[in-house]
Amino acid sequence: MELTRHWRLHNQRYSLVGEQCDRCGARLFPPRDVCPECAEPAQELFTFSGRGQVYSYSTVYSAPEGYQEYAPYSVALVQLEEGPMVTAQLTDLGDDKPEIGMPVEMVTRRLRADGDQGVIVYGYKFRKHVKDII
Amino acid sequence: MRAKKLNRGVALVGAGMSRFGAFPADTTRDLFVQAFREMRASVDKGLDPRGIEAIYIGNYSSDLFEGQGHTAPLMADWIGLASRPATRVEDACASSGVALRQGILAIASGLYDMVLVGGIEKMTNLPTERVTDTLATAGDVLYEIPAGFTFPGFYAAIATAYMARYGASPESFMKVGLKNHENGALNPKAQFGATIRTMMDRRIASAKAKGRPMPTWEDEMAFLHDDNANPVIAWPMRLFDCSPISDGAAAALLVAEDLADSFSDVPIHIIGSGQASDCALHDRPDLTTIASARLAGEQAYQMAGVRPADIKIAEVHDCFTIAEIVATEDLGFFAPGEGWKAAEEGVTGRGGRRPINSSGGLKSKGHPVGASGIGQVVEIWHQMRGEAGERQLPNSVDLALTHNVGGTGQTCAVHIYERRR
Ligand SMILES: [Zn+2]
Repeated sequence: MELTRHWRLHNQRYSLVGEQCDRCGARLFPPRDVCPECAEPAQELFTFSGRGQVYSYSTVYSAPEGYQEYAPYSVALVQLEEGPMVTAQLTDLGDDKPEIGMPVEMVTRRLRADGDQGVIVYGYKFRKHVKDII
Repeated sequence: MRAKKLNRGVALVGAGMSRFGAFPADTTRDLFVQAFREMRASVDKGLDPRGIEAIYIGNYSSDLFEGQGHTAPLMADWIGLASRPATRVEDACASSGVALRQGILAIASGLYDMVLVGGIEKMTNLPTERVTDTLATAGDVLYEIPAGFTFPGFYAAIATAYMARYGASPESFMKVGLKNHENGALNPKAQFGATIRTMMDRRIASAKAKGRPMPTWEDEMAFLHDDNANPVIAWPMRLFDCSPISDGAAAALLVAEDLADSFSDVPIHIIGSGQASDCALHDRPDLTTIASARLAGEQAYQMAGVRPADIKIAEVHDCFTIAEIVATEDLGFFAPGEGWKAAEEGVTGRGGRRPINSSGGLKSKGHPVGASGIGQVVEIWHQMRGEAGERQLPNSVDLALTHNVGGTGQTCAVHIYERRR
């Protein structure tokens, strides 16, 4: 695998880079090199817009280790506008409650407190999408 | 596609379990020996264990829970059968439902005539947060867990989608918990051998004894709505919507059908077996159903040649209350969107038209994950033979079903059982 592709695949949690099927054109995330629709190779990289809507959600009160400082926090299955669904935390909600169908957009945030190795893990979260001002 | 059939019939001639609960003094070995002894005593015409030719043990994660891997040969050794081929089966919470299927396939193939299947899990050594982390490894640790999702969170997201589509409410889920605790109160093996009412009364008595302000819940629903008594774990799932952290073991003995009468006065024939898998939650087109359960159910019904309406009793995988409602729809007992109404109307109670989880289910009986699948078999064994004591169903149970789910439905195993006399 050439270096750039390797680097990007390992950083897709940062930038929502998935793949596109060579045969049927399906866009997939997470990337796995094989199309879940037609089982053919899917290796062309595809960068998602990061916009979508909440498909379902929960608000977690009893949080795992590393996430307690955020609790209670809301987690969601976000349907991206290109099709695939991603599992992500909702952020910057303020007083808003999550809702099914809520328009959201991707932002990059710290995911969890320092792990054992002191590594700070960053990745995507989604915030309520504010309509662009014309 | 041709209908799938077993090459020869398989019968259940013994079943037993340890108590489910928290047992600091016992390891999985101790619990498995207890289950094995009870299973042996349940074989009507006696069992010489040396006749057991192979062993399949469901176990999710003794590695992380107890620091002990390679558990199947150990269990074989601890029951005096060290030389038998012993295989551990891991499919998360469906581990022993799948171990059962492996035992069935091994006999149906003609290779063995007598196989022991079992399940073990010892979860209470670890603090709750580490149990949560260990259970999370049954999800996708790259793409689900980093978001801060937990298992209650996954099922809560299923519940949120289900409520939005079908009009169910958190009260619908509470009704499932109430019913399963009522059943579990009659099960001497259950972790919570108490109804919600009894637990409320205990708390009131304890507050009184300690001179604390006495809680004033009007009824069970008021207790279940109390954020202190029944805290939200992952909205809309509260503590009493979640199965507990448990230790336990279960065992069952399978023989080739033509040998059944030499072991048992009332053998239970396993006439249907199905198993299917699925992707992570985020890759599914619909969260209000578990596709692997529908597929495994269809396979089992087809093999057995029976319909959902024929089934007299079912033990389904209620790791969370919402899971029981979805299961009763996936198995065809109720139409999509009707399961919550059946739960609210008492249809799934022991006296109802469609009794579900007469044992108390995972919710009340306990959920030592790798043991839960065979734990369900133990209840079916007792109910079908009229040995379920106080919780025995009023009507004859000649056809029964078990439904055992791994993760959020990445695995499901369904089995159908028949009593012929
Ligand atoms: Zn494709």
